[in-house]
Amino acid sequence: MATYADSGTTSMISLRGVSKTFDKTIHAVVDVDLEVAEGEVVVIVGPSGSGKSTVLRCINLLEVPTEGFVTVDGFELLNPRTDIDHVRAEVGMVFQQFNLFPHLTVLENITLAQRKVRGRSRSEAIEVAVRQLTRVGIPEKADAFPRQLSGGQQQRVAIARSLAMDPKVMLFDEPTSALDPEMVKEVLDVMLELASEGMTMVVVTHEMGFAKAAADRLAFIDEGEIVEVGPPEEIFANPRHERTRAFFDKILY
Amino acid sequence: MGGEVATKSTRHQTEGAARVRDEKPWWDTFPWWGAFIAAVLAWMAVQIITQDDYALAWERIIPGLSLTLVATIEAFAIALLLGLTAGMGQLSRNVVIRNIARTYVEFIRGIPMLPLIFTVALIIVPETSDYVNQRLDAWFGVTYKLSFQMRATVTLALIYGAYMAEIFRGGIQSVPPGQTEAGRSLGLTRRQTMRSVVLPQAMRAIIPPLGNDFIAILKDTSLLSVLGVLEITQRGRQFSASTFKFREGYFVVSFIYLCLTLGLSILLGVLERRMTRDRKGER
Repeated sequence: MATYADSGTTSMISLRGVSKTFDKTIHAVVDVDLEVAEGEVVVIVGPSGSGKSTVLRCINLLEVPTEGFVTVDGFELLNPRTDIDHVRAEVGMVFQQFNLFPHLTVLENITLAQRKVRGRSRSEAIEVAVRQLTRVGIPEKADAFPRQLSGGQQQRVAIARSLAMDPKVMLFDEPTSALDPEMVKEVLDVMLELASEGMTMVVVTHEMGFAKAAADRLAFIDEGEIVEVGPPEEIFANPRHERTRAFFDKILY
Repeated sequence: MGGEVATKSTRHQTEGAARVRDEKPWWDTFPWWGAFIAAVLAWMAVQIITQDDYALAWERIIPGLSLTLVATIEAFAIALLLGLTAGMGQLSRNVVIRNIARTYVEFIRGIPMLPLIFTVALIIVPETSDYVNQRLDAWFGVTYKLSFQMRATVTLALIYGAYMAEIFRGGIQSVPPGQTEAGRSLGLTRRQTMRSVVLPQAMRAIIPPLGNDFIAILKDTSLLSVLGVLEITQRGRQFSASTFKFREGYFVVSFIYLCLTLGLSILLGVLERRMTRDRKGER
């Protein structure tokens, strides 16, 4: 089924035989294997409810798999001796609903974990925050509260908040799905730049344009299984599975 | 273009409608209830000032005010701690803690206040303190005594702690789970996420009902009178019983409680309005 472009080399992320069952009967993820090399960008696509987000959330243990092994940067996540908080600090996560902290300013959103988790001084954390805000293009919003920003700006702050932790991996869970159409590009541009800088990324999205432009590999998930993995242009042009073809027929014109 | 014009004209219409609604006559929006209560309070004040019997009742009763206020604040403070602990306990992952918290809340909420005060003050406290005092005396040669006021205050706190546990639990649960997920995925521990992310947001939902409980505790300190604590109600009872001036005694007692509770209500209203309007202040 799934083929590994990088088997044998060191993986930044490794999922082996991962399954997630809710309430003992709902099989959200079934026996998923996925290796992501350092610096690689993997885009996960699939119909809604297919388990894409659940797979992604297994990578930082927001969902605990019912079976299988998850390794990130050499840490075996399901080993009870692994300090999950330590691993999570290395894995940035960007959510569909942004999940900024509404009671804190943009700057406080970005400095909170730097100070509490990384133990940085106030001035150091602010310096990093301003640098990341500049990178996502909105340094002037440092003192604003999240609700005063547009959706696109909020999502860029969320990205800056994750990047400020100097993560080794970035996970994106449908980062543009909650945005008005005119704000999708500003977020995708930041992600494209990040990909070009060599960040290891796993992205769940419906933006096929982004997949074409940035993905090293595309994974198609349906009913909790990885149906097909490969270079995006190959899968777009010539899907090998009927389910993949049916999916692209529905979304591509 | 045409669409834009249409939108604009619709907006004008809505604004017009809003203005019509704003232009209700003043007597329609005037807080008549507030004026009425203010008038009643003013009339009561005049009675107390001008009539000797009422003035006498006031003189006898008002010294209880400090006891009432102290008991209110003490009970509220202890209840806050109990409520926060039990509220978070109910959300704990630990099955033992969760069930202890739940038992406390259900048990206390199921017993009326008066019998609970008697039970704690006249049975539980004496029996445990007898035992504890025996030990203390044997080991250190000291004993202690818990006043009836403290016993009753603690009982009030126990009761309101159970109610507040539900308020805290509800407030914490009103914060979307995405907030916890965002905190945890940044590497914050459970405790750090609770303290820096969840609790500050939960306070918005928690503060108004806590204010109501403060007022309720203030009123329920009147139950301390059954243990002979010389707060407002007890002083009112004593005055009335010794002079047979029941009307004057309870008139003054009611007047004092009304002033306190209405004053607090107004204060709370201001606080709540500030919390919703000046949203920058929501920390």
